[in-house]
Amino acid sequence: MSTSLKVNGRVHAVEAEPDTPLLWVLRDELGLVGTKYGCGVAQCGACTVHIDGVAMRSCVTSLARVGGKAVTTIEGVGANPVGAKVQEAWKAIDVPQCGYCQAGQIMSATALLAAAPKPTDDEIDAAMNGNLCRCATYIRIRKAIKAASGQVEARA
Amino acid sequence: MTAILDNPARRLFLKTGAAAGGGLLLSFSLPGLVRAQDETPGGAAANPFSAFVRIAPDGTVTIAAKRPEIGQGIKTSMPMLIAEELDVDWAAVRIEQAPIDAKVFGEQSAGGSTSTPEDWEPMRQVGAVGRALLIQAAAQRWNVPAPSLATEPGFVVDKAGRRRLPYGELAQAAASLAPPDPKTLVLKDPKAYRIIGKPHPQSDTAAIVVGKPLYGIDVRVPGMLYATFLKAPVFAAKVAKVDLAPARAVKGVRHAFVVDGGTELEGLLGGVVVVADTWWAARKGRNALEVTWADHPTSAQSSAGFIKKAAELHGQPPHRNLKAVGDVDAALKSAAKVVSADYSYPFNAHATLEPQNCTASFKDGKVEIWAPAQNPEDGRELVARTLGIKPEDITIHFTRSGGGFGRRLMNDFMVEAAWISKVVGAPVKLLWTREDDLQHDFYRPAGFHRLTAGLDAQGGLTAWRNHFVTFGEGQKFARAANMAGTQFPFGAVENYALDVSVMPLGVPTGWLRAPGNNAYGFVLQGFTDEVAHAAGADPVAFRRQLLGAPRLIGEPGRGDSFHTGRMRAVLDKVAEASGWGRKTGKGVGLGVACHYSHRGYVAVVVEAAVADGSLTVRKAWAAVDVGRQIVNPNGAEQQVQGSVLDGIGSSLGQAITIENGAVAQSNFGDFPMLRLADAPDVEVHFVTSDNPPTGLGEPALPPAPAALVNAIFAATGKRIRTLPIGDQLA
Repeated sequence: MSTSLKVNGRVHAVEAEPDTPLLWVLRDELGLVGTKYGCGVAQCGACTVHIDGVAMRSCVTSLARVGGKAVTTIEGVGANPVGAKVQEAWKAIDVPQCGYCQAGQIMSATALLAAAPKPTDDEIDAAMNGNLCRCATYIRIRKAIKAASGQVEARA
Repeated sequence: MTAILDNPARRLFLKTGAAAGGGLLLSFSLPGLVRAQDETPGGAAANPFSAFVRIAPDGTVTIAAKRPEIGQGIKTSMPMLIAEELDVDWAAVRIEQAPIDAKVFGEQSAGGSTSTPEDWEPMRQVGAVGRALLIQAAAQRWNVPAPSLATEPGFVVDKAGRRRLPYGELAQAAASLAPPDPKTLVLKDPKAYRIIGKPHPQSDTAAIVVGKPLYGIDVRVPGMLYATFLKAPVFAAKVAKVDLAPARAVKGVRHAFVVDGGTELEGLLGGVVVVADTWWAARKGRNALEVTWADHPTSAQSSAGFIKKAAELHGQPPHRNLKAVGDVDAALKSAAKVVSADYSYPFNAHATLEPQNCTASFKDGKVEIWAPAQNPEDGRELVARTLGIKPEDITIHFTRSGGGFGRRLMNDFMVEAAWISKVVGAPVKLLWTREDDLQHDFYRPAGFHRLTAGLDAQGGLTAWRNHFVTFGEGQKFARAANMAGTQFPFGAVENYALDVSVMPLGVPTGWLRAPGNNAYGFVLQGFTDEVAHAAGADPVAFRRQLLGAPRLIGEPGRGDSFHTGRMRAVLDKVAEASGWGRKTGKGVGLGVACHYSHRGYVAVVVEAAVADGSLTVRKAWAAVDVGRQIVNPNGAEQQVQGSVLDGIGSSLGQAITIENGAVAQSNFGDFPMLRLADAPDVEVHFVTSDNPPTGLGEPALPPAPAALVNAIFAATGKRIRTLPIGDQLA
């Protein structure tokens, strides 16, 4: 049975079972591997995508639950001006070490800035605490979010 | 076979001369990389250790990064060394991951913070040889003596003749010249550096932020199937009974089979494999299985049992002595004050955020492997031995690794993927679940230390004993469970003893970032703090006194020799930066620790606040001496901040506990890692000293846990002697 899935502005016909987590549809069926698997139980945030603009953990979101909603992944978030700004800040601050979690971090940060253009430290904590970084790039993540929101200069 | 992966490690070819597309390939012999036994006279042909630089006609310079990138920044910093001496603009440089070929590139592992000390000179020589060849080519073109020519980034310049030629125009001619002996070349004066010592962003950042496929988990090869491997919870236990039909009934599942497996913990172990069209189908198939595991001799072992056994062993004479200086017993008897305490720490997991995975394609007795690996040559041997094929019939490609921390020095995932591909007769991507990853790691071994120190009437340290209870059998230690007898305060106290007792272990152990030291820093510097307080001394002042006059303890050039002056300098720096001695409010304290490992000297101060049993780590300061030159200050800051936060995070809540022979934790819910809200700022200071540059992936971690627990003591008077801190403050 084919399901229609809208990702980064394009509609795809996918063959996966409805209970398949969106993460695996993106990675294994659509070849959009920028969204990462880290824990499978919504504890690390590496799989974060936007569903109708809301940051969601794709590892626990079934294809059936997505329905006709618009999915945005790291490959497409740059089309959103806030997402592009976040990606630029991530580059200017040179946030990544191993980089594996960073797609999820950027998706969470973009959703935060879309809702709160000048987030406070507490708002950053609340929005980003679900995204683990094993390399602990947190200092630069915080700085990059502030840079993307124009609160500090975008320099590493 | 071509894998769909950005930055494939196959664009650089093992050839000299003209490259495809009109570019040029320079091949340089690298005597500095040749192991003595391999060295044969006669230049590049006889000496296979070469590195490669490709200069295109448009001046684009492609540089091979020979070591795997695991987040330590080596893929950027080592090409910086080549680019500096080659004298090119960094903007003209493209970096590619080198193919894995020990005959060409020498050592291609990432471990022990060895890349910088080992490659610092040879990589600069690669650049210098390239520059000399380009000058030589220009000299021939202009018919002038080579010494009359100079370079500016990307150009050979004839000042007298007021003319210049871009490297792109000279590369073809340069590639046909015989490379000079690197020893005859004068490397740049550091004052003239344009690239080294300037902050440069990591080479893959731009690709990472847009989600390009870079990692092992991202590899896709045509016709590839997806595999999951359910191994026994008890290490090396075998399958007793399983009905494979429920897995095979899941839509998309192609194969389900039992792997008998061996007994070698780092090799292929027993379990059940499910292979499917998608990983999710394989996982569903696996979830449908009910496996009965055979009994195993280690199925009764437990962390609680180890703790009990360690206490017993501490009550008995040690099994043996590893280092003895003076007479500790006599010194303790005559001491004005004796301080004794037990320190311990649990097993710990690497928990790379990218779970272990590997893609393999076995065909006609040969296997091609794509692996996020830190130590691929050992993997090649393991695969050859297990599959019964020749090492030269195995091709391994590096992918970027989503974290390493020492986990990927082991190659169990590699042999599993190769085996599965052979069984199913198709390319296979094996991906472990997070649960697999946490429960089948090579853990930092737990350890138990009984420390005793003697002080004289003036508060000077006169005796130090460490009875270390660890894992092993007889004279043999479990992997990464040994301890050097030369750890400070060795050499700074007249009477010193490191004693050891061992207990057997069936849990696989391995090297976790700053192996040994990640725990010994906590133990030694935590106890040093206790001794300082017992002596009535300020913790920084006590350490200064203990370090004493600047001198080398141990033999020059050895990794375990320790220079007290270098440590004193970073200790002074961190004290100054953190405002050591300043008044802190109630429930707030500063803690200090300094530790030497991986040739790096690091001192850390942590400011901690404890209120109503709740801990806040407010800030950390680190002062670091890794020699006379920081290669990439951007990457160096990242490594120090990451290491300090790693040390703090692991101390807060991480523990792997063994119950019934298996790991009790399963995911990040019960193995909590540091998160953003709990991560303090880490202020980093580099102290340079006239010593060869050394690595930074590890040495800033070991002092952090001790600085943290010492800060907690300063804030509350409560001494933390067992990690993790967990709810000990409640």
